Amino acid sequence: MTIRDLADILGAKVLVGADRMDQPVISACCSDLMSDVLAFVTEKTVLLTGLTNMHVIRTAEILDLKCIIFARGKMPGEDVLQGAEELHLVVMMAPHTMFTCAGMLYEGGLRGAAMDWKLSSHGADA
Amino acid sequence: MSAPALQKTYQVQHRDFGTAGEASADIKRMLRQLGVQSDILRRVSVAAYEAELNLVIHSLGGQLSLEVDTHHIQLSTSDTGPGIADLEAAMRAGFSTADDEARGMGFGAGMGLPNMKRNADAFDIQSTLGQGTQIAMTFNLS
Repeated sequence: MTIRDLADILGAKVLVGADRMDQPVISACCSDLMSDVLAFVTEKTVLLTGLTNMHVIRTAEILDLKCIIFARGKMPGEDVLQGAEELHLVVMMAPHTMFTCAGMLYEGGLRGAAMDWKLSSHGADA
Repeated sequence: MSAPALQKTYQVQHRDFGTAGEASADIKRMLRQLGVQSDILRRVSVAAYEAELNLVIHSLGGQLSLEVDTHHIQLSTSDTGPGIADLEAAMRAGFSTADDEARGMGFGAGMGLPNMKRNADAFDIQSTLGQGTQIAMTFNLS
């Protein structure tokens, strides 16, 4: 599966990186909390989010993510798009809720990024 | 890796969400140029970002420091307060005292300190209420 396949499945509008759509995709994660993304994502994955500020781009830079999909039809500002271009990311906007986006992509064959935190009876352990 | 000695300190301002993360991105770029291998680079970068955001969200201001020698990368933070009231709770995944502003920026999941500890090979935190917090993290290069 490639980023282009994700765009086709979602009917997403490509905002940045139209020439980088043929990169392979192995997994995805969904969150509006970047600190959860930083904690739970260990793969170079695709991020679906409704958060549209610069911290999405900074999180992508820290984790070497390749593609960000803004759900719920949210359009980020020019600063976000420029930051994404500087990092050679692909950025898309999908006209669905995050739940629906995830469901469509799962149905299309994409799976969730691995979560390798140890779990105990009271939740995730440090 | 044959890294030369490197030391750099970044001042981090209270509530400066506009530039928050720039120090960590700079650290990542420098370490990449030094040839630090990708899994270590990723762990250091995540820990630095968490530490930097913690300074922005929770401290009254402080500094984030990087030191590199042949065998280790050290990240440390020091702030001017207010200190952590319940350090045991703060180290628990999911515990957060972040306010609505921080949550609106995408933070406050209660994963910062646990995530730093998890990514570092050695982690130490000292905090005195009313004075401040110091964190020291070591990452082994060999």
